[in-house]
Amino acid sequence: MISVIRRVLRTVFESIEQPFDRLFGPALNPLAQLGALGFFFFWIVAVSGIYLFVFFDTGIERAYQSVEYLTHDQWFHAGFMRSFHRYASDLMVVMVAVHLLREFAYDHYRGVRWFSWFVGLPIIWLLYASGITGYWLVWDKLAQYVALVSSELLDYLPVFGEPIARNFISTGTLTSRFFSLMVFMHIAVPLFLLFIMWVHILRISRPKVNPPRTLALLTLAALVAVAIWKPAVSQGPADLARVPAEVGLDWLFLPLYPLTNIWGNGAVWAFIGAFSLMIGLMPWLPPLRRAKAVEVDLAHCNGCARCAEDCPYEAIRMVARTDGLPFPTQAEVNPSLCVSCGICMGSCPSSTPFRRTEDLKTGIDLPEYSLKELRERVVGVGAGLTGPGRVMVLACEHGGAAGRLDGTIVLPCVAMAPPSLIDFILSRDLADGVVIAGCAESAPYNRLGVKWTEQRFAAQRDPYLRARVPRERIATVWCSALAVNKAESEIAAFAARIANLPPNRLRSPLPVSAVSRPATTREPAELRGDS
Amino acid sequence: MSKALRLAGQFLVIVALFAGVAWLSDRPTYRQIPERSGVMMLTFVHGADRKGECRRLSPEEIAKLPPNMRRVQDCPRVRRPIYVELDLDGRNIYRASLPPTGIAGDGPSRVYQRFVLPAKKYDVAVRMRDTARAEGFDHERHGTVDIAPSQMFIIDYQPEDGEFIFR
Repeated sequence: MISVIRRVLRTVFESIEQPFDRLFGPALNPLAQLGALGFFFFWIVAVSGIYLFVFFDTGIERAYQSVEYLTHDQWFHAGFMRSFHRYASDLMVVMVAVHLLREFAYDHYRGVRWFSWFVGLPIIWLLYASGITGYWLVWDKLAQYVALVSSELLDYLPVFGEPIARNFISTGTLTSRFFSLMVFMHIAVPLFLLFIMWVHILRISRPKVNPPRTLALLTLAALVAVAIWKPAVSQGPADLARVPAEVGLDWLFLPLYPLTNIWGNGAVWAFIGAFSLMIGLMPWLPPLRRAKAVEVDLAHCNGCARCAEDCPYEAIRMVARTDGLPFPTQAEVNPSLCVSCGICMGSCPSSTPFRRTEDLKTGIDLPEYSLKELRERVVGVGAGLTGPGRVMVLACEHGGAAGRLDGTIVLPCVAMAPPSLIDFILSRDLADGVVIAGCAESAPYNRLGVKWTEQRFAAQRDPYLRARVPRERIATVWCSALAVNKAESEIAAFAARIANLPPNRLRSPLPVSAVSRPATTREPAELRGDS
Repeated sequence: MSKALRLAGQFLVIVALFAGVAWLSDRPTYRQIPERSGVMMLTFVHGADRKGECRRLSPEEIAKLPPNMRRVQDCPRVRRPIYVELDLDGRNIYRASLPPTGIAGDGPSRVYQRFVLPAKKYDVAVRMRDTARAEGFDHERHGTVDIAPSQMFIIDYQPEDGEFIFR
């Protein structure tokens, strides 16, 4: 059931992401920057909030007046800031909601990712608490409604002796001290939210907390445009002698409030509890079945730290040498954080298929899909390629080419293939061209896999693809699992191009030691039933 | 597509999304009570009498107590429940026995009831029993109130004066 929902959601996301990718490009696609945009909106809210605080008065009568003053008399700066404050908060809710749905759709919440997912739950609570206390401060009709419904909800819990809601039903019961308390809450809760946001990304290597500059500028410009079109305003002063019968509700922050009228407070609490429980348990419903974690072979590890640098999951750290070899450090894997993507194997300088040994070893290897096995598959698949334009495809199991059968080797992540493997394929005449078919650039299954592959090929990141490898014989295809036709057509176009090229000059015979046993095509994760 | 045109397109898409979010920040409006209706609220916090009488401790019992906790009376903490009734135009719309709050049952009883009513005149009668008596009421108030549209009419109880107040 969950996998069906996930698949439907993934289809929805991918159909939205494709036009976004075309317009924005993978680097600027807002759907690939949801977390970073969430942080960005937080900072906009924080800065605008500090600015507004200069003008805000915590007096019972003066709270509303001060907000009116800054909105109308000082509209050209403070009024703008108010609009920024409100809309950036709303946008943060949208970012969090879409981020949550997207991570669910792409199955980025189970296995080692449980921690970030689980910590996201208090972020939702604190975000809502921050917004609700903010609406309270304006002390207009909406604030009165929010105050009454919030306190009635709190009164449902058997915690408070006297109903708090009694403070909001008649004049004379409320004092200025209350607004001082609310200001404190409205500062303390977001500060705590920021702390939890930091915890949320603690286990992520190189987290994106800032959107690309162009996207940030576009976002700011759009906020200015919206603030001009629809400035945030109050809804008339609160009057405790009257019921705020009709209010302009913020449906992003307060969607549950009307439900208290329809369902009752108990049912709303039950809904919040059930939602929280469901989100909290989802990483284990069902738990992700993982391949065995990578293993370090100290005899082939020189402590270069490239694997630790490239691991997107912080699963590898460098520790003091234990085997007496003359290197200061060695790699150490934390199996509970490893997703067996193989990116580290692709980064290891020892991972070279050119080694003239049958029992091919490397410094860090996947026990269930070793470098030796990868070389054997490459040799096997290469032996089966015939005719002009022989193309070998190294496909990500989460990308559009994962289901191909002919001339294809499926990998957990394309960054698992060391650049020397491409050199090996072409120089040993196993194929006339190589296609690296990864998953979508804007939604890679394993973070950084696409980026590292591109940087290695461009000789910007160790290990480099050697300069002698003819670049015209290599193609990269980045597309999602749904974009099978796109992947296929790009591969076919590349094969046609390759067929017209003059013979490859980079040829040397296959060493006898490289075992060429029949190729076995690795099935994609979906067919193996991993998810 | 030129860079400027592409940038303009990106800007327009983001503005459209943000405008949707801004619109949702106060539209569509929500009406919590029907038009031409008001709210009558019966709410108060009041502690009824304690269930048992205080008993004077004997000198021996006092002597057994730690020196810093010696007292002359032993009073049971648990309070009685409060019984409340509310009639509107002679028809009973609320009656409840309100237990005391607190783990030991020594806190005040509390009521917080909201009634959405069409705006018009009503004969209101509210009664409460907070003592050991089995029948009748200790506090009572009748009156005619005119509920205006969107009015918040409160029926409260002032323990200091021992009477209900309408406001």
